[in-house]
Amino acid sequence: MKLIILNDYDQASEWAAKYIRNKILQFSPGPNKYFTLGLPTGKSTPLGCYKKLIEYYKNGALSFQYVKTFNMDEYVGLPRDHPESYHSFMWNNFFKHIDIKAENTHILDGNAADLQAECDAFEKKITAAGGFSIGPDGHIAFNEPGSSLVSRTRVKTLAKDTIMANARFFDGDLSKVPTMALTLGVGTVEDWKIVALGLQLIFSLSSFSLTEIDYFSLLSSLAVIWKFDLWWSCNLQIPGTCRGGAEGA
Amino acid sequence: MPSNKSVSDAPITQFINCRILRDNELQREDLWVREGRILDPEKLFFDEQGYADKRVDCEGSIIAPGFIDVQINGGYGIDFSQASENVSDGVSFVAKKILEHGVTSFCPTLVTSPPEVYHKVTVSFLSVLPQVKVHDGGPHGAGVLGFHLEGPFISAEKKGAHPEKYLRTFKSGGLEDLMEVYGSLDDVAIVTLAPELPGSQSVVRELSRRGITVSLGHSAADLSQAEEAVQHGATFITHLFNAMLPFHHRDPGIVGLLTSDRIPAGRTVYYGMIADGIHTNPAALRIAHRAHPSGLVLVTDAITAMGLPPGRHTLGQQVIEIQGLHAYVAGTKTLSGSIATMDMCVRHFKQASGCSVQEALEAASLHPAQLLGISHKKGKLDYGSDADLVLLDEGLNVKATYISGEEETGPPVPSYMIDMVLMD
Repeated sequence: MKLIILNDYDQASEWAAKYIRNKILQFSPGPNKYFTLGLPTGKSTPLGCYKKLIEYYKNGALSFQYVKTFNMDEYVGLPRDHPESYHSFMWNNFFKHIDIKAENTHILDGNAADLQAECDAFEKKITAAGGFSIGPDGHIAFNEPGSSLVSRTRVKTLAKDTIMANARFFDGDLSKVPTMALTLGVGTVEDWKIVALGLQLIFSLSSFSLTEIDYFSLLSSLAVIWKFDLWWSCNLQIPGTCRGGAEGA
Repeated sequence: MPSNKSVSDAPITQFINCRILRDNELQREDLWVREGRILDPEKLFFDEQGYADKRVDCEGSIIAPGFIDVQINGGYGIDFSQASENVSDGVSFVAKKILEHGVTSFCPTLVTSPPEVYHKVTVSFLSVLPQVKVHDGGPHGAGVLGFHLEGPFISAEKKGAHPEKYLRTFKSGGLEDLMEVYGSLDDVAIVTLAPELPGSQSVVRELSRRGITVSLGHSAADLSQAEEAVQHGATFITHLFNAMLPFHHRDPGIVGLLTSDRIPAGRTVYYGMIADGIHTNPAALRIAHRAHPSGLVLVTDAITAMGLPPGRHTLGQQVIEIQGLHAYVAGTKTLSGSIATMDMCVRHFKQASGCSVQEALEAASLHPAQLLGISHKKGKLDYGSDADLVLLDEGLNVKATYISGEEETGPPVPSYMIDMVLMD
């Protein structure tokens, strides 16, 4: 696995977007040969990457006509047209700016009558599409630290930290924040052939945030097991930059 | 891309490369239209997996909701208050022409007239030519939202150009006077009256109850009389500053409604402003705008001579001389009325007040729609609103006008119609 540490968020976004673009172009998708992309949401992490991909589409360098997408997660019980739903996020930040066909996009339905059935059906669609060409670029959905490494797509109760962090998107009102989500399982990720991940971590001088370290541990373990590349961008809270790279097994 | 719609087969138009006025700002968003209404593209994408059938490249234009003119007396040689056999032809003719100014809905205005005129116009519309009732716009022209009856229940002292002999008071108890004079209130959107006339309170209440907008104008009312009328239901001021007592610091009169603290909670008092640079000094316009920006409604108060070329024209009993944006009684320097078009008023308002593009456009679309209580379908570009649109360039010049999503600024009506009317 490659661990690549970049200067800042914009650089990491551009790296990830270029990686995806190049992979799609190399693959040469067509009407009988779709490229399957796993997608994350999140205002902090994948947004920069989406902006870059939109730019490549607008420049004529990339088309999404023969690309299928599967999003990693969606809130349970939130109306689909709620501005904070992941459907809204994907529409506003990605789908409406590119030439992807609606029928080729797939997002879990957090308002399905039978949530587990929805999750199972979603897994089947991924399998029918031939699995992922590239998995999510961004983070590992709602698989919180402590998730089983063989978990599949399922309903997850969100950790308190996550709910508190999300409150700012719901006018600071904790009662409005969804408490559950549907998410692709860590085990589902195992089926991906190549995975690209970028993540933004903030290290403070005085202490490491436990949550960040847990994510880091989980991801690096996965990276080693499944042999994928990781890009990190790293912000130190002291003046200066963090640069470097490391090769692993 | 071919469409793929499970809900409706109606064609979908997507306006691209545009800036749309939505949520009080100019947003860089595409505008989607289906079946004459603004469509939610996210719902179309996820629910129907649908696409546009037709794309209109706006080349960077601004798209605003179509303008709404709530005070217009005629134009292009037509005078709505002239009792003639082909009243509805006149209204239709003007309706077609004002599309070129970005106006997609309007209230044909009748000035103080004898009862026969009102009966002919309001009642005849019902019996003779029903299509000029309140109706939506289309290829035939801008939509008629209802009549604006300016008078005859106004103040003699502030009659302006209204004929004194037809002024009336409420002597029979309000509603009876209205019905006797107007004949029918069915297609009436606005009534302008003077609240100091005895008996006006019950009239204001009755008209408001019927959903008719009551406007204060051509009046010598003081502030407390005006406030009382507002409490009874009045919500509009007809051409602020004109035909009312001037602002006085110890009794601001009707003008004081802009900052009155006796307006019922949740209610807004709107005020019409003729922003042609002539009827209101720009400094006065700015004072009003700064005092109460959300109530400002641009109106043309256009007269018969609007749209006619410079020079002399005989219109009814008068000879008018048009010089630039001024229309004088021929041979004098007395103004005979406004001839500025709505888009001119929008541009002038923006320039004189220094307001933003959004504010200037809202004064001609959102505010009149709110005044008339129709903002759920007009005056906005929200999903579900009627797709009455005006495409403008950076300088707010009209490039195209759409009604229900269809482009309506076609070739102008042949000019022989103007000659025909003037020969009356």
